[in-house]
Amino acid sequence: MLTLTCPYCGVKAEETELAPGGEAHLKRFGPGSTDDEYESYMFARKNPKGVHFERWRHAYGCGKWFLAARCTATLEVFGTYPAQSKEPPAELIAAIKAKRPGWEGYK
Amino acid sequence: MKRYSVFAIAREALRYHEGWERAWRAPQPKSAYDVVIVGAGGHGLATAYYLGKNFGITNVAVIEKGWLGGGNTGRNTTIIRSNYLQDPSAAIYEKARSLYETLSQDLNYNVMFSPRGLLMLAQTHHEVRGYLRTVHANTLQGVATEWIEPAKVKELVPIINIDGPRYPVLGALYQARGGTARHDAVAWGYARACSDMGMDIIQQCEVTGVRSEGGQVTGVETTRGAIACKKLGIVVAGHSGQVAEMAGFRLPVEAVALQALVSEPIKPCMDVVVMANTVHGYMSQSDKGEMVIGGGTDGFNNFTQRGSFQHIEETLRALIETFPIISRLKMLRQWGGIVDMTGDRSPIISKTPLGNCFINCGWGTGGFKAIPGSGWAMAELMAKGHSPLAADFGMERFREGRFIDESVAAGVAH
Repeated sequence: MLTLTCPYCGVKAEETELAPGGEAHLKRFGPGSTDDEYESYMFARKNPKGVHFERWRHAYGCGKWFLAARCTATLEVFGTYPAQSKEPPAELIAAIKAKRPGWEGYK
Repeated sequence: MKRYSVFAIAREALRYHEGWERAWRAPQPKSAYDVVIVGAGGHGLATAYYLGKNFGITNVAVIEKGWLGGGNTGRNTTIIRSNYLQDPSAAIYEKARSLYETLSQDLNYNVMFSPRGLLMLAQTHHEVRGYLRTVHANTLQGVATEWIEPAKVKELVPIINIDGPRYPVLGALYQARGGTARHDAVAWGYARACSDMGMDIIQQCEVTGVRSEGGQVTGVETTRGAIACKKLGIVVAGHSGQVAEMAGFRLPVEAVALQALVSEPIKPCMDVVVMANTVHGYMSQSDKGEMVIGGGTDGFNNFTQRGSFQHIEETLRALIETFPIISRLKMLRQWGGIVDMTGDRSPIISKTPLGNCFINCGWGTGGFKAIPGSGWAMAELMAKGHSPLAADFGMERFREGRFIDESVAAGVAH
């Protein structure tokens, strides 16, 4: 069972306490954007087999959104961080690179 | 190929069953083919079969990284139905269902298609309205479904509890010619027929790259060497995104785990398929007597073929309310498969940005029932460049906003 530590309340929450929210760090496009940009925002997803960054909500806890780094091929969790982050924190990237030397890094 | 028949059984019975041939050859890959299909699951093999049968294209290789039918074709709950709301879905699923009717004769291989009838329970008033609408839509589409009242549901499914406290059964959408088939046999039957037409089915051969020249596909690189081809079909389900990336384009799909389980075998007690979409569980009884149970997908990306335990718990908790008889049953096996979900929960059968490269993916949680229709449409698309059945399932629909929105229409348990 998946367990993630909520970066706000510090609770180690298991899956039934959490609600998944899809890919993190999506760039939003609205009126005035091109069809390509809008399609990429609405539908194109990275869907990697490996390191993935996701949005989660501590639904049955503090209720806040946060972000998590996880491996979709092994279900290993690398860490969680606040939803206000524009991109994954450098120390998390370094920790993932230490565990996954072949990983191409956050794009 | 020696045909299977009652005479063949009699002949082999008299000689210790030593004369049965291998069902398909295990050839070495040639250096070039007219068509290469990546993925020897149901959809890939059906594509190859209809390329040969309908269009006479037999210089075909079907390459598979694992073993034939070892992915979701061997991991589903074998349900076949076509009671969809949207016209393009109803057309392709009904084509598939109607092909299943005669598939055993067509392939000379018993796929054990059992049109035992399928019920989708309405357990809220919202669902009642939704399914009445589907019945009307199906009538216009030429798909035989009807609305039935709770008394008729009870008659068809004596073990059901129609006045459950939380979710009473208010009626059902009934498709009398829906049912089940033997999932492995579908893959095996197509494989045998393809092999008989001279096609090569190459197992244990993983695609590692896609070769192209001037925007046209020229072949694939595999763990068993490069194979040149004039046309390429990518039919790989869970790993569609990975193969598409090799071909240089992105897909609007995400991979999630879907689970199913079977109980210990019991005496025959239910001869229809029952789907309960509000509580999100569906159940049928296999010929061996096991109750075959399916539930919902996980909400997060996953490539491990292992799902979350609480989804099994959720499914069973709900089904026990509707079928109190199963509360003491032991569950024997549980497994997961990786399904690729699109934004509108409808499949993609499409040309791609790479010339002469075609893709068939995104069947989500409902691929098995579509195998013959999907293969039929994909073969037509690959042979002629256009297929009426596949026309609405192009991947450009996401950019153009022409969704085939079954996620809203069919609710869950797609």
